[in-house]
Amino acid sequence: MSTISEKELSDYRSDAAAWFAENTNADPGFMLPLTFMEVGTDQQFNFLREWQHKVYEAGYLGAAWPKEYGGGGLDQKFQTIATEEMAKANGPIMLNAIGLNWAGPLILDMGTDEERKRYIKGILSAEDIWCQGFSEPENGSDLGNAQTKAVRDGDDWVLNGSKIWTTQGNYAKYMILLARTNPDAPNKYAGLSFFLSPMQVDGIETVPIRKLTGEYGFTQTFFTEARIPGDSLMGKEGEGWLVAMRTLEYERGVKGGQPGGYVMRASDPFEIVELARKATRGGKPALEDPVIKDQLIQLMIEARSLQLNSKRGHIQPLVQDKPASLALSSKLMATEFMRRLNEFAITLQGQRGAYYVGEPDAYDEGLWQRAYLNSFSATIGGGTSQIQRNIIGEHVLGLPKS
Amino acid sequence: MSKKATIGFSEEQAQLLEVATTFCRDKSPIEKVRSLLENERGYDDAIWTEMAELGWLAIAVPEEFGGIGLGVAEVVPVVEQMGRTMMAGPFVSTTLAAQAMLVGGTDEQKQKYLPDLCAGTKATLALSEPHGDWDLTHVECTAERLGDTLKLSGRKTFVENADTADLLLVSVSLEGAPALVVVERSVLPEGTLRREVVIDETRRSYQVTFDGVEVPASALLDPSKTTAALVHVDLCASLLLSAEMCGAAASCIDYTVDYLQTRKQFGKKIGSYQALKHPIVDAHVGYEQARSHLYCAAFNFTQQGEGEVATRIAKAQAGEALSYAADRAIQFHGGFGFTYDCDAQLYRRRSLWCENQFGDSAYQRAKLAELLL
Ligand SMILES: Cc1cc2nc3c(=O)[nH]c(=O)nc-3n(C[C@H](O)[C@H](O)[C@H](O)COP(=O)(O)OP(=O)(O)OC[C@H]3O[C@@H](n4cnc5c(N)ncnc54)[C@H](O)[C@@H]3O)c2cc1C
Ligand SMILES: Cc1cc2nc3c(=O)[nH]c(=O)nc-3n(C[C@H](O)[C@H](O)[C@H](O)COP(=O)(O)OP(=O)(O)OC[C@H]3O[C@@H](n4cnc5c(N)ncnc54)[C@H](O)[C@@H]3O)c2cc1C
Repeated sequence: MSTISEKELSDYRSDAAAWFAENTNADPGFMLPLTFMEVGTDQQFNFLREWQHKVYEAGYLGAAWPKEYGGGGLDQKFQTIATEEMAKANGPIMLNAIGLNWAGPLILDMGTDEERKRYIKGILSAEDIWCQGFSEPENGSDLGNAQTKAVRDGDDWVLNGSKIWTTQGNYAKYMILLARTNPDAPNKYAGLSFFLSPMQVDGIETVPIRKLTGEYGFTQTFFTEARIPGDSLMGKEGEGWLVAMRTLEYERGVKGGQPGGYVMRASDPFEIVELARKATRGGKPALEDPVIKDQLIQLMIEARSLQLNSKRGHIQPLVQDKPASLALSSKLMATEFMRRLNEFAITLQGQRGAYYVGEPDAYDEGLWQRAYLNSFSATIGGGTSQIQRNIIGEHVLGLPKS
Repeated sequence: MSKKATIGFSEEQAQLLEVATTFCRDKSPIEKVRSLLENERGYDDAIWTEMAELGWLAIAVPEEFGGIGLGVAEVVPVVEQMGRTMMAGPFVSTTLAAQAMLVGGTDEQKQKYLPDLCAGTKATLALSEPHGDWDLTHVECTAERLGDTLKLSGRKTFVENADTADLLLVSVSLEGAPALVVVERSVLPEGTLRREVVIDETRRSYQVTFDGVEVPASALLDPSKTTAALVHVDLCASLLLSAEMCGAAASCIDYTVDYLQTRKQFGKKIGSYQALKHPIVDAHVGYEQARSHLYCAAFNFTQQGEGEVATRIAKAQAGEALSYAADRAIQFHGGFGFTYDCDAQLYRRRSLWCENQFGDSAYQRAKLAELLL
């Protein structure tokens, strides 16, 4: 492997910084989603799709993915720099999260050459939006129990059943789909297969679901005798669970290989300090209240914990005891932290904490209230915090199954 | 606090971590720790000598004074592993005394004492007083100049290993300002030490009455450096206590997890019950955070400002992590957890000691608020 000079990296950094300074529009005049799970209007969707396309065209997304499939073919170091500069410029999130972060790496990792050629470029450019059809109305945490059926008919597969909580289901061109191909398999996992399924076919219908914030963000997907081509099957028939598990490793950030960018914006505890300065308690800035100070410091410490854990994760002697621990814990820690941070920001506001988006007197336009309500998306989606604790308990600490 | 917290790990830290892990595991298994609970001295002097030979007391002392010339950051993995096996002894107190001497001593004092401290002479700090205030500048013991001598009076508390330490670093109020004095234990009259009954039975803690004790004026550390020395000792102690607590938290969690993996009730291993699984996971996650802060503090220790912030965070988090882990360890051992035989109590007692030295978590957060808000 050729070595990369410091100069190359720093030149790349200044180019990226300049590009993002020039091209980033963090405030298009309407509310941008904080996470990819909150894309609720066509206005947001179109804006973010264009943004991702632009970042990709400039080479700052997928920079380290193979060139032959549409990536930049550079070393991962370049992508890391680009992503850092993107964050510094406070850029909008990347829209096509499921394509970029789970489906794409999965296809690169386990897909055939043909599948890579067919899908990767569209994922990066945001031309093809992807969604994930794992959860069902009856089977959420118990994913292995999925009941949506896929039955072979000639060259095709015929789908029947329903998936729910499908993020961006209404915009997606493809779905990564876990379906039951053999109801008589020796155990529930063995009967599952994994599909890269087209969405725009007869018999697949998505119905928007309204979120607790009042906005729209995900859908229920219904399959009624929907016919998808035979080559939608990924991997072998009956080995869907294996592929799904690999997908979850990407989803939970245990496995690297993502093309960069970010799909969730974190609130910053430093912003809360500002809020505490503005909010009043007993005629004085809330920041002077010793209890508030203590809570604020605690939150600032936790924000640092997240940064430091991810850095310590790269120091081998300091993680050798339990190598998977930090990676498996980070989703739980980060998402629960964000929830509490946003909640605290509301309590700081005193009576005005009761205002919501749309009220002109709300602090920061009701941002914190909306962020708090939305923060459950991450403590539930992608495996709930409780399931996450089971995973850590079982895989890191070696405790018996619940 | 800078927005981006940093962390790094030196080659020397890695080596010391490895050596200390094996050493402490071999020399200080839990049976050994228990066998020393009743021992008057409280530690094994032969192991002390071995540690001195390994050079561990010299780690953070410059070469010109007989040291190895690394930093306190390199002491951290050693103390962490001592905490892990609950090894007791005067390692931390001697290291802290050497650090106080290094920052606050005169050149002659450093030349005179530091090489000995590096070689295994034991020392301790006599900074706490009956008022129990964590503020090290709150000093009521006094020293009075009488010609070429200093006459001390007052009582110090929580002087660790005072019975076997050769040197005591004592804070006094001299002419209205805090000062540090080095006292050789040999000059203390009979009956000045009283062993305190403390919650952590692995430790030996003493009250020392200095009334009427006289030392030569040359025993006074450089008065222009007293403040710096006290600040340094405060932070060093907090850092090393964090290391000790992180180590203890790790093994407390391991110990409890072992039980959860073996004990059965209602026909199932109790570790399969989420009422135990989830809190022990939370304890583990808390420990992981504390450890990241510990090594961040070690890495930044010498950085003006950032070092203090990182260290106080480390102490606060390590305190919270160990106290939660040890508290749940007792509970999760059921009736056995309530017994003296269950090691859970050793961890909990140790955590209460460590948290209450040099400021508990709430105190650290209050200090952090002054620094950050
Ligand atoms: C914003 C958002 C976006 C989502 N996007 C997608 C998507 O794009 N594609 C997709 O397939 N899914 C998606 N999901 C679904 C998500 O993965 C599920 O909601 C999640 O796995 C939980 O499943 P459930 O909703 O059926 O809850 P349930 O599994 O019914 O859980 C209900 C409660 O019981 C707890 N619980 C369940 N089982 C256990 C257990 N064994 N131990 C302890 N506690 C347990 C849970 O923690 C939860 O508190 C999304 C969810 C949200 C909120
Ligand atoms: C001070 C004291 C005095 C006592 N006096 C008497 C007495 O006079 N007479 C007498 O007969 N007994 C007495 N006991 C015993 C007491 O009732 C038991 O200790 C208690 O019922 C727990 O049982 P165990 O010790 O076997 O713990 P275990 O049952 O082994 O429990 C270990 C841990 O697992 C947890 N656990 C166990 N099962 C489950 C579950 N299904 N779900 C969730 N968590 C679970 C427990 O909460 C505990 O944290 C006394 C105990 C103490 C501490």
